Amino acid sequence: MTDASRSDRSRPGVTRDRILTVTGATKRFGAVTALSNVDFWVDQGEVVALVGDNGAGKSTLVKMLAGVHAPDSGTLEFDGREVSLGDPADAHDLGIATVFQDLALCENLDVVANVWLGRELVTEGRLDEVEMEQRTWSLLRDLSARIPSVRDHVSTLSGGQRQTVAIARSLVGDPKVVILDEPTAALGVAQTAEVLNLIERLRERGHGVVLVSHNMADVMAVADRVAVLRLGRNNGVYNVAEITTETLLAAITGAMDPPTSGPRRVVSRDDGSPAGVVSLSDRGTRRRGGRDDRV
Amino acid sequence: MTASESARRPLGAAADRVRDAAADLVDRTRSGNLGVLPVVLGLAVIWTVFQILNPVFLSSTNLVNLTVQCAAIGTITLGVVIVLLVGEIDLSVGSVSGLSAAVLAVAMVQARWPVIAAMLVAVLAGTLVGLLYGFLYTRFGIPSFVITLAGLLGILGVQLWVLGEEGSINLPFDSWLVVFAQQMFLPAWASYAVIVAAVAANAWARLRTARRRERANLTYQSTRSIVVRALALLVVLVAAAWYLNLSRGVGLSFLLFVLLVVVADFALTRTRWGRAVYAVGGSVEAARRAGIRVDRIYLSAFVLCSTLAAAGGILAAARLGAVSQSSGTADTNLNAIAAAVIGGASLFGGRGTAWAALLGILVIQSISSGLTLLSLDSSVRFIVTGAVLVLAVIIDSTSRKNRAVYGRN
Repeated sequence: MTDASRSDRSRPGVTRDRILTVTGATKRFGAVTALSNVDFWVDQGEVVALVGDNGAGKSTLVKMLAGVHAPDSGTLEFDGREVSLGDPADAHDLGIATVFQDLALCENLDVVANVWLGRELVTEGRLDEVEMEQRTWSLLRDLSARIPSVRDHVSTLSGGQRQTVAIARSLVGDPKVVILDEPTAALGVAQTAEVLNLIERLRERGHGVVLVSHNMADVMAVADRVAVLRLGRNNGVYNVAEITTETLLAAITGAMDPPTSGPRRVVSRDDGSPAGVVSLSDRGTRRRGGRDDRV
Repeated sequence: MTASESARRPLGAAADRVRDAAADLVDRTRSGNLGVLPVVLGLAVIWTVFQILNPVFLSSTNLVNLTVQCAAIGTITLGVVIVLLVGEIDLSVGSVSGLSAAVLAVAMVQARWPVIAAMLVAVLAGTLVGLLYGFLYTRFGIPSFVITLAGLLGILGVQLWVLGEEGSINLPFDSWLVVFAQQMFLPAWASYAVIVAAVAANAWARLRTARRRERANLTYQSTRSIVVRALALLVVLVAAAWYLNLSRGVGLSFLLFVLLVVVADFALTRTRWGRAVYAVGGSVEAARRAGIRVDRIYLSAFVLCSTLAAAGGILAAARLGAVSQSSGTADTNLNAIAAAVIGGASLFGGRGTAWAALLGILVIQSISSGLTLLSLDSSVRFIVTGAVLVLAVIIDSTSRKNRAVYGRN
């Protein structure tokens, strides 16, 4: 009951704004076509899982969104404007934060230093440790994260805590989209639960979250929508409330091709706004009620 | 049993605190975050041993000599610490200091330039070498080990070329530079004034930070603990100054070195540049992804290291009053690098503080001075210094390993 009301508040349904839209993205590396005419989008306050087998093009798509690779063709729209991302800094300035799998933390620095690395606050010509520490605490509180002390060196933290630090860092500058690349891949059960909670906090804060994962249980537990890539192409977009892990696996492995039309597949856009969005959002809201039955 | 218990009761709080401190120490030893403790302990052991072997060792005259000897190589060490912090190394600091000394001597004595101009050019020579290293490293990605090993030889060549046929040049001993390095000492009252001012400034800054943190609802150091610590520091420093003042006192060159350490410490811990230096030393990739211009940080580290090495070369030349083909050769290089590592700057990058330069050079010079007092020749000195260096590196790498083991909960 509380769960449902919370999700209603955090997910305004129809009024949610589209933040990021990728249309017809194609990327080739020499003779290899990593992505071919891929569509992808993220709404405000939704968790989109991006799944696919190895070599499906997940990483390429993520790197494209992070500004690491430029697409050979296709367009990227952010907040309704067409944009091009020259380098990672562009993506970050725009409001797309990416947490890569290796986290890229400096183990010899403490949590505060890592969260603010490269964007330190300065007053009177020196680092403003007080302000940075305070804001770090409030970020971590927002995420309901359990970190013993923000002055602990990252080398003393567990894998889940490190993931928390990396996510907290990505939130500095209040990005609209947060991309998490395999955030639970190296974690144990308890730590995975911790990170999944964190993802829900991100959704509640209104960020659009892209979750790249191999773990179907995580995807089913936390995502609203799943975009499947297979061999560099879209292989269906599904509402998590309406599918089973088996369906998803079938889509990933290619045992089941996406239906050409039907309620579950989001029909490709015709006039710039995807046809399936409104209904998907409604179902997404209902999904939360059903999730507890399943689990 | 009951006796010990009743004895403990009134002291319960104090005993608890001691136990907490002991537990904390054990914990830090295991996890490899010892900080300056091993160096301070090592220094205490070295001083005790040499004092037992030769009662002159801890005399104020000898300690004054020791501090004055620290200034030159200590300054070079400070540069090495900065390069070690970004995870690189400079094996050519000795040659760079020699080159700078040669430039100074030739400009001062042969070209009859004003002392200031000669010093500037000498320091600039070091800066240029650093720029070259930084360029080679960032542009071609040659390991700093190789670049500076080549520099060790190449710059020694330049030094010999600068000195020309003379081979050895005496600096005029009435020049203020030589007087500064050899004979200028703080008057007793001035040494106390400097100490009081420094401790007061430090305590004031701490109090201000504590107030700000209190207002921001963060944990803060209590006023009492700040005052107690400041008083303790004051007592230790005044006692040290008093002891040195029994002889000639605190050398200005040593004071200059300590000042450089304080400035470097501020830059490393309180500025964005310093944060970037530690980040690059900890993980280049993380630093790059965080938007830090990694190449500039490397360049700045190499430039600072060579510049400080050049400054150290000037101090060394001024103290000896002469520059020769052997200036900066022999053990200058390894003493500076050994001092940095012994002081706690990790060879693996990203760990250590500017104070490592001061502590490390005190250890190195103590060993050197003690063995000289025992009239043991340089063979023993080299062997002992080498052994201490290996010991320091062992401590460095085991604590690194322990961090890896204990670091993850």
